[in-house]
Formats: sequence, C-alpha cells, structure tokens
Amino acid sequence: MKANPKDVNTGVYYIDGDVSSGYGALAAGCKFVGGYPITPSTEAFEAVCRRGPLVGAMFIQMEDELGSIASVVGASWAGVKSMTITSGPGFSLMMETIGFGAMLETPFVLLNIQRGGPSTGVPTKTGQADMMQSRWGSHGDYELIAISPDSPQEMFDYTIKAFNLAERYRCPVMIMSDECVGHMTEKVVIPPADEIEVEPRRFYDGPINEYLPFKPDEDLVPPMVKAGDGYKLYITGLIHDERGYSIKNEEYKFIYTKRLVDKIRLNKDKIIELKEEETDDAEVVVVSYGISSRVAVRGIEKAREKGIKVGSLRLVTVWPFPDEKIAELAKTIKAFVVPEINYGQIAFEVERCSHGEANVILVPHGGAGVHNPDDICDAIEYAAKEKKRIEGVIEYKTKLEKLVFEEGYKLHE
Amino acid sequence: MRIDKRGVLTGTWNLSGNQACAEGALAAGCRFLSAYPIPPSIEVVERFTQRAKEVGAVFVQMEDEISVLAAVLGASWTGKKSMTVTSGPGFSNMMEHLGLGVMLETPCVIVDIQRAGPAIGIPTRVGQGDMMQARWGSHGDYEIIALSPSSPQEMFDFTIKAFNLSERYRVPVAVMSDAYVAHLKEKVVIPPAGKIKIKPRRYYKGRKDKYLPFKRDKDFVPRMVDIGAGYRFHVTGLTHDERGYPIMFEECQEHNVHPLVKKIRHYVDKIVEFQEVETDDAEVVIISYGATSRFALKAMEQARKSGMKVGSLKLITVWPFPDKRVAELAKKAKAFVVLEINYGQIVFEVERCSYGNANVAFVSHGEKGIDNIEDLLSTIEQVMKEKKVRKGIIEYRT
Amino acid sequence: MSPLKTIDSKIVHPMDNLLRMERIPHIWCPSCGIGLAVTAFTAALEKAKIDLNKVAIVSGIGCTGRVAGYTKLDSFHTTHGRPIAFGTGIKIGNPEIKVVVFSGDGDLIAIGGNHFIHAARRNIDMLVVCVNNFIYAMTGGQVAPTTPLAAYATTSPYGCVEPPFNIPYLADSSGAVYVARWTTLHIRRLTNSITEALNKRGFSVVEVISPCGMYYSRINKLGDGLDMMKFYHDNAEIRHGEDTKNLGIGFQTKIIVGKFVDRERPTYMDSYNKWLSEIKTEEKLRK
Repeated sequence: MKANPKDVNTGVYYIDGDVSSGYGALAAGCKFVGGYPITPSTEAFEAVCRRGPLVGAMFIQMEDELGSIASVVGASWAGVKSMTITSGPGFSLMMETIGFGAMLETPFVLLNIQRGGPSTGVPTKTGQADMMQSRWGSHGDYELIAISPDSPQEMFDYTIKAFNLAERYRCPVMIMSDECVGHMTEKVVIPPADEIEVEPRRFYDGPINEYLPFKPDEDLVPPMVKAGDGYKLYITGLIHDERGYSIKNEEYKFIYTKRLVDKIRLNKDKIIELKEEETDDAEVVVVSYGISSRVAVRGIEKAREKGIKVGSLRLVTVWPFPDEKIAELAKTIKAFVVPEINYGQIAFEVERCSHGEANVILVPHGGAGVHNPDDICDAIEYAAKEKKRIEGVIEYKTKLEKLVFEEGYKLHE
Repeated sequence: MRIDKRGVLTGTWNLSGNQACAEGALAAGCRFLSAYPIPPSIEVVERFTQRAKEVGAVFVQMEDEISVLAAVLGASWTGKKSMTVTSGPGFSNMMEHLGLGVMLETPCVIVDIQRAGPAIGIPTRVGQGDMMQARWGSHGDYEIIALSPSSPQEMFDFTIKAFNLSERYRVPVAVMSDAYVAHLKEKVVIPPAGKIKIKPRRYYKGRKDKYLPFKRDKDFVPRMVDIGAGYRFHVTGLTHDERGYPIMFEECQEHNVHPLVKKIRHYVDKIVEFQEVETDDAEVVIISYGATSRFALKAMEQARKSGMKVGSLKLITVWPFPDKRVAELAKKAKAFVVLEINYGQIVFEVERCSYGNANVAFVSHGEKGIDNIEDLLSTIEQVMKEKKVRKGIIEYRT
Repeated sequence: MSPLKTIDSKIVHPMDNLLRMERIPHIWCPSCGIGLAVTAFTAALEKAKIDLNKVAIVSGIGCTGRVAGYTKLDSFHTTHGRPIAFGTGIKIGNPEIKVVVFSGDGDLIAIGGNHFIHAARRNIDMLVVCVNNFIYAMTGGQVAPTTPLAAYATTSPYGCVEPPFNIPYLADSSGAVYVARWTTLHIRRLTNSITEALNKRGFSVVEVISPCGMYYSRINKLGDGLDMMKFYHDNAEIRHGEDTKNLGIGFQTKIIVGKFVDRERPTYMDSYNKWLSEIKTEEKLRK
C-alpha cells in the first residue's frame, strides 16, 4: 500500500532528526502520538503537535511516561497507528507497559532519543546505553525489533519502516536513536506519497463469530481487529489462550508465550537489515550503529590510509541481532572493533556470536560526546596486529579515559 | 561489626522461602522495608511486619512500585539498611530508580520473586524471565550484583549476603528468586547471632568540611554519611563530580560512570560464587540457577546412574556472570546444557563465554511442568552424541 | 544609574551559609521567580529556628528541581516526579529529619501527582514547596497540568484544551494540614508562610506562583518578568481561609492568595507508633 498524499509533506527540508522522525511517523499514517516532554526528544513531539492536527492525527501530552505508553497501546487497539516519544528515564518508566504491549501483540512505535545515563545523567548530550534495555528491559520473555538510524534522512525513512515492521509482526518496534542524530540538522528529502510503501494493519476479514484474537496465521502473527467493530474483544495481560481468555491456573503450561519470541526469531532473516562495506577481504571489521557508525567512518578511513584492510558492518536493525552474519564474518577475519557510546553492550553480543574465532575489541565512551576517530583507528591498528586469540571483550583504553584518570584532568577548581 | 541480636531468630524452623527471606533481612540488620503488594512476594512483607515491632523495624506500603524504590533509597541514606520485595511487573516499574540507586551508589536490596511473564503473566506461577532485566533493565550503563537462591535456607543466607555485598560495593543488589522457591517450605537453620557475618556501612570518618560524597577509595567505592549528621552534602542523579555537583561534560561522564562499571568488573573474582558438582570428569555440564538447579541435580544423579558423565554448575551470583569459569569448563567439557524457566536468557551468556569450545544446548524448563526432568535427560543424551561443536544455541526436540 | 560595583569578598551575604556559594551563579533565566522562592525559603529557614543539620531538601527534575543543588543542607536531586516518595523514605527511615520537597508543578502534580495525593492522605510530615510557573520550562515550554485553558505552549500550539489543576484544592481534598499560596511578589508573606509550615507537623503545601519570562510569558506574549510582577500586583487578592474550591486560575485571571488550610491530623509516624504500641507482637510471633 502507498502512503496517503495528505499525510506526506513532500519536499526537501533542512531539519533535525527529531522533527524528521515526527514527519516520518505522520507520513507512515500514524494517527496518535502520546508523549511526555523529555530532553532531547521534545522536538519530535512538538513537530507532531504542530503538524499532526493538520493531517488528522491526535496527540496528547500525558501526565507521565507510564501514561503516555499506556495511551499508545490503547490507541493502537482502537485501530490507529500509534507512537510514543521519549528518552532514557522515560524509557525506564515505560518498561512495564512495553512488556504489556508485547504480550498483547500490539503494534506501536517507540522513538527513544538516547542520552547519557544512568539515571538523570546528561540530559542534553548523547549516549547509546539503552541498547540492551530495549531488548531486555521488561520482565518475562518477549522479542521485539529495534532500529538504529544514523542521520536525519534515516530518521524519516526508518520511522516509516518501524511502523511497517510493527504492523507486519504485531510487536512494539523501537527506534533507538540518540541525541546527536536527533539534534543533527541535515538535508532531508521527503519523497512523494506514491514512493512511500506503507504496511496496512492486518485486519481480520472472516466471519465475526469465528474470530480468535490470538490465532496466528502461518507466519505466527495473528490478524487484528479493533475495538468497536462488534467483536466483543477480551484482551488481557495475563497469559491467555487463542480466545484471549486467561488460562486457568491448573491448565497453565509454560508454552503459551513461546510464540511471542518465535514470531520474531523465525522471521529474523526478513527483518534484519545491515549495511556492509568491504568486508570480503577484511582483516578487521568495525561493527557499529547509530551515531557511532558515522564517527567510525573517519576512523576506518584513517586505518585504511595506514594500509589496514578494514571492513564495516553497520547494524540498521540491532534487534533481532544478526547472529549468523557475525559468526560468518568471525571465521574470515582477525577481529571485530565495536565502537559504542557505552561501556560495552552490543560488544558482548558480538563476542557471543563470534564463538571464539575472532577477537572483539570494544572502544567505549561514557556518553555526553562521541568517540575520537583516532581511538577507533588505533583500536583497528591494534586489532590487526594482535596475533593471539584473546578470550573476552578487550576494552580499549581511550584517550578520554587516559586524560581523566591518568593525566590529572581537573573537573573543577 | 556488632550485630543487632533482636533480628536473629536463632533456631531450626520450617519456613517458606519468602519467610526465610524476611528473616534473613532482619538478621542482616535491615530495618526498613517498603513494598507494594504483588503475588508471589506477599509473605515476605507479612513476616517482616509481624516481627517489626520486636526488632524495631519499619514497613511502609507505598502507592506504587516506583515510589517504593524511591523510599528505599531515601531510607538508605538515613543510615538504615533498606530493602524492597516485588515481582515481575513491579520490578519493571522499579527500573528507573534502579538507575538512580546505581548513580547515587546507594546500598539497598531488591528481592524479585519471579513469576511467569511477560506483562501480568500468571501471578502465582513460577518463571525466571527477569534475569537479563536485572542486568540491563535500566537505561544507561551500570553493573549490578544479582544472586539466585534455590531453597528457603539459601533465601535466608543470600539475603544476608546481598546486604553485605550492597554495603561493600555500594550498589543495589538483586535477589532473583522465583515463585517456586518462595513458596517452598523447608527446614531453615538460623545460626546464633555471633555466627552471622555482617558487613558494616563504609562511613566517612574525616573532617566534616572536607567530605566529598563521591571521592572514591582505591577500589572505586566512595564513602557514605547519613542524612542529618551535619555534613550538608548534595547528591544528584545527574552526572556529577566527586563533590556531587552536576557537570555536563564528557570528561565528567567518564569520571562518574566508568567507575560505576569498574567497581564491579574489577572485583568479579571476589564477588562471583558458584557451586560445582562432579565437573572434573564431566562431558556435559548442566548450568542452572534458582529453582531449576534443584532439578539439575536430580537429573545429574539419574544420568550418572545410567553411566553418562554429567556435572552441574549452579550459579549463585548470576551477575556478574562467571565468564572465566564457564570458559574454563568449556575447554574441558563437550557441552553445556542450560536449564531455565524462560525462552533463553542466561543461555546467551553461556554461549558467549564458551568461545566455540563446547556445544550449548538449551532446555526451556517447565514446558511439561517444573518437576519434569525428561526434557533435560533427553537433551543430555542427544548433546552427548554430537561429534563436533555447532554454532549457536541448540534446542533439541524432546 | 551608577555602574555595578565589584563586591568586596569579605562582606558575607546573610544567606551565604544556607547556599552552596561555589555553585552560584545558578542556571535560572533572568526574570525567573524561582530565585525569589529560594530567597523566601532560606529566610524562612533562619526564622523557623530549626536545627539545619536535621533538614533534608529533596527536588525532582526541572527548573525548580535544581533548588536542592543550591541549598546548603543535606540535599537530594532525584528522578522526575519522585521527590515526595524519596522524601517519604527519608522521613520514615529517620523521623528526626525535617523533609522539604522543593519542586515544580510538572514534577509534583503531573508525573508525581500520585505521590502528592498519597503523601497528603498519609499525612507524611513534610513541607512541599511547589513553584508553579504554568509550564514545563526546563524542556522548552510544553503544556503542564497547571497551564490555564487557552494558554499556548509548544505542545499546545493551538491553545491548551485541558482544564488545569487547582493545587490548593487538590492538596486540601487529599488531606494536607497546611495549604497556602503566594506569588513571588508576596515575598514577605511567602517567607512567613514557609516559616509557619516548617514548624507545622504534617503534610504542608505552599504553592508559589512564579513568572517564567523565557517560555510561558514569551509564548503567550505577556511581557517580561517585570510585567508579570505588575500583573501579580494588580490581580492578586489576599483572602485567608478562602474555600480551596474557589482557587482555580484561568488565563490571566485574578489569582487568589493566602493561607487556606491550617488544621491538625495525626501524622503517618504518629499513627504508625500508635499502632506499634497497640499490637501484641508476642501473639503474632511464631505462628
């Protein structure tokens, strides 16, 4: 299905990533945004508030993030594409309801403009430390999809993709952006509506009395109906059967929620999107995502100038994780270099999937800034030279760490 | 440290895991409990409140789990050892304040009696689906300690251990129990007060005007003072310097957050504990924690009887993860079988640490009922037959 | 007008011992009223004659959330919306401490609304100073639960459609024992109110109406800080003991100020201790 021309403000813009994502959501047909102001994501919410009413989209600023995500799940069951926008602390508050959304197989999109953490951290500056949280943050077992754009243009494109994936697999989709991309202002080309592919909701079209809200199709995804269509829906966060009714205690079997993980794990190949560059003959591959992948470009260039064969693997979808791709690369290369704005999250996943066949070097950064490309270049150089196979993630000591802890940097007078 | 004897109910009792947990907390000197009622954790609160007066402890039931953990952090800064107890959905609600606890380096204990999830799940049935959440559930970067008891006796012992670790490392410690262990009644031996080791709080003892709330000792852990002792200190969830004042530079972020990770990672060997049974000659090692480890041992015995060389590694501290030990075992054994009541969480950690040296098979325990070990035995048999190491996690048909 | 003189470093400002002078200058914009609220608060601390080592100040997130960082008491800057819950823990952990929660309207009434009503219901012995500037200022001017109908904000670009909370009414009906409201113009009366509330046992709320020249006034074209002060001067009416029902604030309407509630109720710790002394633990034990 193509996008509705009314929703798309076709043209060439000079806007930041936040606003671009807001426009992307509206272009994808999003008709409800529930949010709560939190730096650095407010611009996206404000963009929706300004433009939303003109294209028939509702917005509401709720009393807190618990409320905003709950309203989004509700709106989605009312039949409209929905989104919420937040950052670290708000994301933590949403954890319970994200699991609820996954349990009810509710399609919605969550835009997380990551900032430096933990806790209140550095509200106005960047971080990438919510990556594992997006996968594991709610209690119980579930799987969801996370995308990590690296430019305002991608914020537009991948917000649309996020809506498409959410509707396709009936699961929450996270856009794990960061403050740098969110506040970066660049050229954004919004194409005409007929060039934007939009996934419609999978509505059930059989007879009313035969509808079972959680009876899956062959791809393990059940079709949906909306409240108010006469189906007399019953939906619960308790573990439920195909009818949506909660299981009696004595009938409970552990397998009831297995489909929630299987529908993503078994459709993994269709979901995962990667950007690969010069990995064929590489000795070292840089695995990166979001803003770090843009900083890595310079580090890679520098390393290539020194004659090292470096490839790049950019994770566009971070979750589900491309296990097979990493395992495959690990066989042919010496080492992975993983620059990320945290003290090791995705690096552990790379370690897991490389099965001891390649070294894994983490270039950490605490947040509130991006990597120094020289650090990435040096780590690549080290990776290329190291002959031994070293177990465990090797944490590369950055210039920043040396400055703060060894060179007597003074934080205050 | 002198122990407050009032909290220690020395003797041999028949207690449920939840009751033992409350007793452990009181014995460890916990004098503040805040909670919001959620099954299957309620008995902890009941036991604690029954004993509160005698021991001089307070309990407050707050309006939600968010405020529960906030109150626990506040109480901890008054010098009281503080604890909360919850289950899945409540644990999710606590995620933001878990991060605040880490950032303010506030010692406290969070007991999570896991139930089947996600969402509301089944409130009374067992699950182990919050294991990765304990490590990764709050935003931003941090390290945490999580223990997993497998019997009422361990609920008692590990709750004390949790308080000691949280005071030692100034970090919230999670006790990741489950509905099965929490409701299991068994013999619990509570030793005399003199036999219980209690780690005191690391207080600052210097001059009042020289106190810096986040000036770290050599082991990266700063020293604490109590509210009301006249220090007039400031702490904030914002990135702060050693004075506790916010500074929004990347240098300060590095200075503040990197030690939060280091103070655990550098002492992993000291913190990590596990129990090994017959792993020396084992071809297959079963890795388990909490309730599942009870069945792992049962399966191990059966397998040994039928001539299979099977050992067991039971995780006591799940976080930090015993990377080194798993890596060593991977070189000795042919395969790991990981037993969990979820669809794969700690098994990914085992896969990570085995570095392609051993097969990793996963058994989602509980599909046929928690006391059924057929799946486990059949997985052990099948993984024994594997000739070479396969990539990724193997799930056999059972 | 004579040029500004350099201040002699030997001269000590009377508030210096209550402020973290190394943190000054503060982050608040010119024309902001929070500084006045802090002045009133520090003056009240002196007047109330309480042991300052036993006062803990807790703030949440937002412009007013930064107050804890500038006051030289045991001070806690916590998460968004949760200072009351955090303060409850402090109060129960050590009942000797006088807990002051100093935060903004968004922090206390929106995200922290639940804790606000429940702490009032429990009658936790704490003073809540709520600076109300009708907007989320720290994040750049979003609509707040106190934004008057039809006022503009960045997330109500076509005018606010939600009726606002009447904070004294909310506090009163939830069980607060002391409720007052002043604007930052009534600095002397505000000081007296805070002094009184500091010595009051129970959940006390002092609402401080404060100008936000940077966002609220600018978006709504209300002039600068001085214009707002003039507005308060012309439109604030003191009515002590007024029924809190009648205290709603519309867009640029009359603001009724004064002390509205002053009553006695057993505090949470009173009730708790009473309960403790009544139960017979021996019977409950070893069941």
